[in-house]
Parts: sequence; structure tokens; C-alpha cells
Amino acid sequence: MLAATALAGGARMLVRSVLVTAFWLLAGCATVQNGDPRDPYESWNRAVFEFNEGFDEAVAKPIATAYRDLLPYEIRVRVRNFFSNIQDLMIGVNNLLQGKPAEAWSDWTRFVINSSVGILGLHDIASEAGLEKHNEDFGQTFAVWGAEEGPFLVWPFLGAGTVRDSFGFAADVAAAPTRWVTSDAAVQWGLWGLYLVNERADLLDAKTILDESAIDKYVARRDFFYQRRRDLIYDGNPPRPPRERPPGRDEPRAEAPLAAHEPAARTAPRSAEAEPAVSGALSQDDAPFATAGDAL
Amino acid sequence: MKRRSTIGLLSALLLCGAGLFAPQSIAEVTPPDALVKTVTLEVLDIVSKDKEIQAGNVEKVISLVDAKVLPHFSFDSMTALAMGVNWRKATADQKTKLIQEFRTLLVRTYASALTSYRDEQFEFLPLRAKPTDTDVTVNVRVIKPGRQPIAIDYDMEKTAAGWKCYNVYVAGVSLVLNYRTEFANEIRKSSIDGLIAVLQQKNHRLEAAAK
Repeated sequence: MLAATALAGGARMLVRSVLVTAFWLLAGCATVQNGDPRDPYESWNRAVFEFNEGFDEAVAKPIATAYRDLLPYEIRVRVRNFFSNIQDLMIGVNNLLQGKPAEAWSDWTRFVINSSVGILGLHDIASEAGLEKHNEDFGQTFAVWGAEEGPFLVWPFLGAGTVRDSFGFAADVAAAPTRWVTSDAAVQWGLWGLYLVNERADLLDAKTILDESAIDKYVARRDFFYQRRRDLIYDGNPPRPPRERPPGRDEPRAEAPLAAHEPAARTAPRSAEAEPAVSGALSQDDAPFATAGDAL
Repeated sequence: MKRRSTIGLLSALLLCGAGLFAPQSIAEVTPPDALVKTVTLEVLDIVSKDKEIQAGNVEKVISLVDAKVLPHFSFDSMTALAMGVNWRKATADQKTKLIQEFRTLLVRTYASALTSYRDEQFEFLPLRAKPTDTDVTVNVRVIKPGRQPIAIDYDMEKTAAGWKCYNVYVAGVSLVLNYRTEFANEIRKSSIDGLIAVLQQKNHRLEAAAK
């Protein structure tokens, strides 16, 4: 999520200096009454969020829109594939660090196949051959290791994350494979720029829909972030709380077995000790209510 | 001449009637996974052939969604889920209004997603449930090159009128539960009526913007 919303960022130095200054600014911030306990710096975060939205509206979105209108879909897919391919290297490393050697092996096999047969990664042959693309980053690895996620933070230009994800993002950038492609700083910057513009272009419709559907854009984005990260950390198989039933049903209902709700487990379920690292699911707040049988 | 056109009209009405009732009777016997697959493929087929929809005609998508998709959704359950604990505090009249406005909002915003559909591949995973289950999750995956497949999970419940969807997860994000904090905040700031007013204003704005 961080990487996806990171628009102007990318430079390690920028990340580092922003991390340090913003941390001290945060320390003196007022809290919001009745806010989400995960978001003690809400008033500060909202201000940065508004700044980012303004930047996106004025700079990032117009560039991404022009990019999308200028380049045919076929070309944009190649750009996406190219970056996706070099990212598979670190996705494999993260899978290994999370104790999933089979997935890591699959990621590196993808890289070898796509880099050669797929011509520098421009064609995602591996997916067609049944080697599934994964989504891993250091933020997820830290979560699997049991690191506390810390408060919610919105960074200028970079977007939303938790403290844990912020460290994860810094590690992602430090280990970014763009430096393996070339040592030329100008080319590296160009690659970052292209990557970010391409990512933003991919998200044009999704962001519009998300924003239009929201009553409070900030809260919608924050809850979206938490749900999405939780899903990623658990590789698309998060333990759902005792199934949340729509309230207001009078007739008694047979309890479906939990296994039916969980998509095919691609990996062994996370061990119990990894669980505290993930914040409570949205739905857990009202868990007792799930069984309420009040009339509609 | 007149007589013939009356007969024509009558038979047209009958056909319409049959058309109206057919989905219901089919839905009673159609298993949830088959239902999701049939409806998805049918809608995507229409979208992929309709130039107006691809050009971004949202009103046309909405009428398509209204006809093909909405009968299989339970908006009362969805609204109740989004409201959480506050649902019990709402009067019957407030509930009716909330369901109405929430439905309008969801349809308007997510129908537009269909206009951007191009050539993504859909994969329908086998249902992991017992035949006696009345509450299941149907798993669908959207395949896009260079991306991890996007999971779409439909929570569905069996009702007298067939299987109805009451919660949708896209990439692990429940589009329904994502509203819970926003709803709760509005209610805390003002009241349930205040939330209804906010939703009404929002829908009016979206409708005006689409014109």
C-alpha cells in the first residue's frame, strides 16, 4: 500500500529525513476525541492526508492521467510486468524470511523464466505457466516476525502506513532492485519515476471509486489500509473472527463450519504467536452483536 | 388490427412476467457458486459488447446492474453489517431509509467500476461448503498480468428467495465493513437521522455530477 501510494518518494535520503522530522513533529500533537485507538495522531495525520490529496490532485493524478491516455494498454502492461519481475527477487527474499521457502523458490523461478523467456520481464510467462505472483514486503515480514505495528501514520508524499510499515518501506526502498538494473543515479531516478507514474495510472479508477464512495475520505482510506494490510500479512487467508452475521435475522441459522469460509490455504496458517502483531479486525469491535437477533 | 395488437401486448406482458419470475425460481435451486459464476459471466459478456458502457455511460451500467445483479444482493443485511451496534438503535423507518440510501450509494459508486472492465480473466474457485450450509463464501479471483490475482469473496446466505450476497471482500477488504467507522462517527457527531441526511446529500451530489 505504501509503495502503491508513494508518488514523489523513492529517494532514500528523502525518506530518512522525512521520517526523522515528522517523528518529532508528531510527538507534540494533540489527539482526537473518540478517535480510533490505532490512530492517536489523527489530527496531524489528517493534515498530512489533505496535503497529499492536494499534491495528488495537482501533480500526480494529471501526470498519471496523461500517461494513461498517451500510452496504449499493451505498453503499460509491459511496464508493469518489467517492474513486477525485478520485484519478484525481493518478494522471494521476504518469503524466505517469513519461513516460506517453497514460495521463495517459486518467486525466483518466476524471475528466471520471465527475465529470459519473458524478455527482461516484459512478458509474464511464469503466471501463464502456473507460477503465481505473490505480494510480500518487509512490512509484512516484520509483522510475521511479531513486531508491534505501532500507531497509524500518514507521511508527506508517501501515504499511509503504521510505524512498522514505515520501517518496512524504508527497508523496501533500501533493497530496491532498481540499483541492480543500473548504477547510474539518473537512470535509477527515471526508473522510480516511471514505476510510480505507472502505478498511479493503474490506480486511477480504483481511487476515484474509493473516494466517491466515502463519507469521510480519511477514515475510509485508513480502514481500507488496515483491512488490506491484514489480508496481505496473512497471504489472503486472515483468520476471520467468528463469522460476522448480518444482524437482524430472526430465524435461527445453522452455523457453517469455519473451514468453509477460508480460501484454500496456500501456506500453513500463521502460528498463534504471530497473531498479536496484527491489529484487531474491524469486525471484532462489534463481535457480540453478530449474534443479535433483533427484528429488521 | 386492434385485436391483434392487444393480443401482442398481452403476450408481451406475459413474457415479461415470466422473465420477472424466472430468476427467482431459478435462484431457489441454483447453488451459490453457480449463481455467482452465471451472473458474473453474463454481466461481463454484456459489458464487453457494449460500447456505450465502455465509454463510461454510468446510467446504462446502473440499469444493467439493477436488472442482473441487485436481485441477488441483500441490502438490508449489508446495511445492518455496516451499521454494527447502531443498527439496534434505529427505528423501522430509519432502517428503511438507511437501506435505501446505502443501496443507492453502493450501486452508484461500484457500478462505475464495470465501465473500466477490459479483458481481465475470472477464475471461479470450487465451493468449500457442505450442501446443508446456509451461509457460505464464494471465492472468485481476477487474473491480471504482472499482478497478484485479486480475490473477490462473496459472503452469501440462503433465503426463501434463493441465495443472497450480504458482504463482498475485494483483495481482503470488505466494502461493507469499511463503512462501519464512518457511519459510527456520523452517528456520534449528530444522530442516525444525521447519518441519513449525509447519505442523502452524498447521493444527490453523485447523481448531479453524473449528469
